[in-house]
Amino acid sequence: MAQDDAIEARSSRKVYGTGPEAVVALDDVSIAIRKGEFFTLLGPSGCGKTTLLRMIAGFETPTAGQILLNGRDITDAPPNLRPVNTVFQSYALFPHLSVRRNVGFGLQMLGRPASEIDQKVERALAMVRLGEMADRKPTQLSGGQQQRVALARALAPSPEVLLLDEPLSALDLKLRKEMQSELKRLQHELGITFIFVTHDQEEALTMSDRIGVMSAGRLLQVGSPREIYNHPVNRFVADFIGETNFLPAEVSGGVATIAGGIAIPVDAGSPEGAHTIAIRPEHVRILPQDAGAAMRGTIAETTYFGTDSHVRLRLDGGADLVARYQSDTAGGEAPPTGAEVGVSFTPGAVQVLED
Amino acid sequence: MSAREDGQARRDARNTWLLSAPALFILTFAAAGPLLIMLVYSFLTPGDYGNVVWKFSTDAWVGTVLSKDIFDGTYSLADAHLTIFWRSVKLSLITTFFTFIVGFPTAWIIATRSPRMRTALLFLITIPFWTNLLIRTFAINQIIRNEGLLNTFLLYLGVIDEPLLIIYSDFAVFLGMTYVYLPLMVLPLFAAIDRFDMRLIEAAYDLYASRWQVLRRVILPIVRPGIVAGSILVFIPALGAYVTPRILGGGRNMMIGNFIELQFGQGRNWPLGAALSVLLLVIVAVALVFYVRITSRESSNG
Ligand SMILES: Nc1ncnc2c1ncn2[C@@H]1O[C@H](COP(=O)(O)OP(=O)(O)OP(=O)(O)O)[C@@H](O)[C@H]1O
Ligand SMILES: [Mg+2]
Repeated sequence: MAQDDAIEARSSRKVYGTGPEAVVALDDVSIAIRKGEFFTLLGPSGCGKTTLLRMIAGFETPTAGQILLNGRDITDAPPNLRPVNTVFQSYALFPHLSVRRNVGFGLQMLGRPASEIDQKVERALAMVRLGEMADRKPTQLSGGQQQRVALARALAPSPEVLLLDEPLSALDLKLRKEMQSELKRLQHELGITFIFVTHDQEEALTMSDRIGVMSAGRLLQVGSPREIYNHPVNRFVADFIGETNFLPAEVSGGVATIAGGIAIPVDAGSPEGAHTIAIRPEHVRILPQDAGAAMRGTIAETTYFGTDSHVRLRLDGGADLVARYQSDTAGGEAPPTGAEVGVSFTPGAVQVLED
Repeated sequence: MSAREDGQARRDARNTWLLSAPALFILTFAAAGPLLIMLVYSFLTPGDYGNVVWKFSTDAWVGTVLSKDIFDGTYSLADAHLTIFWRSVKLSLITTFFTFIVGFPTAWIIATRSPRMRTALLFLITIPFWTNLLIRTFAINQIIRNEGLLNTFLLYLGVIDEPLLIIYSDFAVFLGMTYVYLPLMVLPLFAAIDRFDMRLIEAAYDLYASRWQVLRRVILPIVRPGIVAGSILVFIPALGAYVTPRILGGGRNMMIGNFIELQFGQGRNWPLGAALSVLLLVIVAVALVFYVRITSRESSNG
């Protein structure tokens, strides 16, 4: 264990229920989250994100394994003895208390003097720009305002780790974008470790220092957004993060051979044998037929998306591909359906997947 | 405003009155009417064989708290009356408190079960209502009397050598009333707890509240309407209880209800009975106002 890990989960396992109805929500998850990091847990619904977060908060006891905070084993500590606060997806604001008293609740329970509570509540409310709303009840606030109260309430006691379970999923797109940058700003200012849960890959990519991708109770890959996007370890990660073309290929000596005998250069260290190769649509370039491209294909369908078009095309070897055609940089309209075109891949963008 | 709109407004007003007429009628004759009769009777003179003589007198009202010496005509505090009042208020408060202490965990357990289990448990809670109150009270009498089930059992086990003298005591009355009024506490508490968002417990727990603080700072303030409703539903009938103190308290441990009945029966003092009834109503009203004030102040601070 490194000294600069805020939270560490060691071989954590969680099974709900017993016998034939048992659900394995987390299957042997080990993860280390660094101090001051914005860490995102990303994965489809039901993959165990909330379960992992609840184990860190102390609401669930792992069936096996340990949870460590700053290197100290907190597996059996109750939530009120962990310097970890949660922003709940449902906000869970106390309806009988004013915004001010909601935000001051944690400090009050810690037995802090009134003057300190007042001062810290003021600061937390200013941080989320809700100073004027302090005396309202939560029901008198809009969804976005309630969300910010929940954030201020979790931040006011200055926790070491802040857990956020899909806090933005109930907000509309514009407000969500706003809150995303606000969260990022707060995390920067306060230097608190954020563990953020989402199933929105775009949100994960734009906000995180590192991302952990989960599926069916397992942690598949941990890495920076760039690493995860450009070097997904397997087909699931590649598919979940952004759009990807998958092509079966035979790899040997730094060359992947796909249907129709087309040879594509890949990383020399790539695994050999029968594998799937992945290529992002934006790395598929559509060229004029006479541009001397290595591959040729026919346009099957073009969908216009504003700044760019999604083009489905069939390579002459029989493989189907999706390409992103950027109208402004490539100049002019995407080629019409049925057009014969040349195709090339951005060098180094083709990824050989392990499975 | 045009004449047509004017006519429409008048018709609306008339319809409003017409529609509320049945309710007003019931309120007047079923609630205000009897009260008014009571109030009038309390200022009349008792007849020799019950009933009233239509002659104004404040004797009944004086007699609620003072008693007149039959020889020298001096007044002194009516100790017996005050003892009965005090016992009624005390027993009702204790009953309310204990139905809450027992009823809250009960309601909590019911509200946190699966839907099917919950229906079954709620059904069980209402079963006592199927039997007449008198019969239920006699059943308790059978259990706690000197030769009753409880004593026979304890004597048989050798836990005690002499029967426990429970029956015909304040304690017996308290026991009976707690049993009889418990469902009236559980049902409104259940309704309030059922609406309570259990996720708030985790939120409070996450924000460093201990178990006790979660209960005190989050659960109790939020389910307060249920506590208030349950307390009112128990306290008011308990204060006017008649059957339970009669059967379990014997002749000596009277409550206001029995005392009032006595005035209309053997006592042949209808004005005093009427004055006592009105007084009971006033006590209840004052207690209610106090109670609601105190509990609402607490929640706005808490
Ligand atoms: N209390 C519980 N009892 C039984 N099974 C549960 C319980 N909580 C979660 N599960 C199961 O555990 C698995 C993981 O659930 P979890 O809530 O962690 O998913 P999630 O990744 O947060 O999903 P979402 O994105 O939909 O919130 C799911 O299959 C779920 O059905
Ligand atoms: Mg979840």
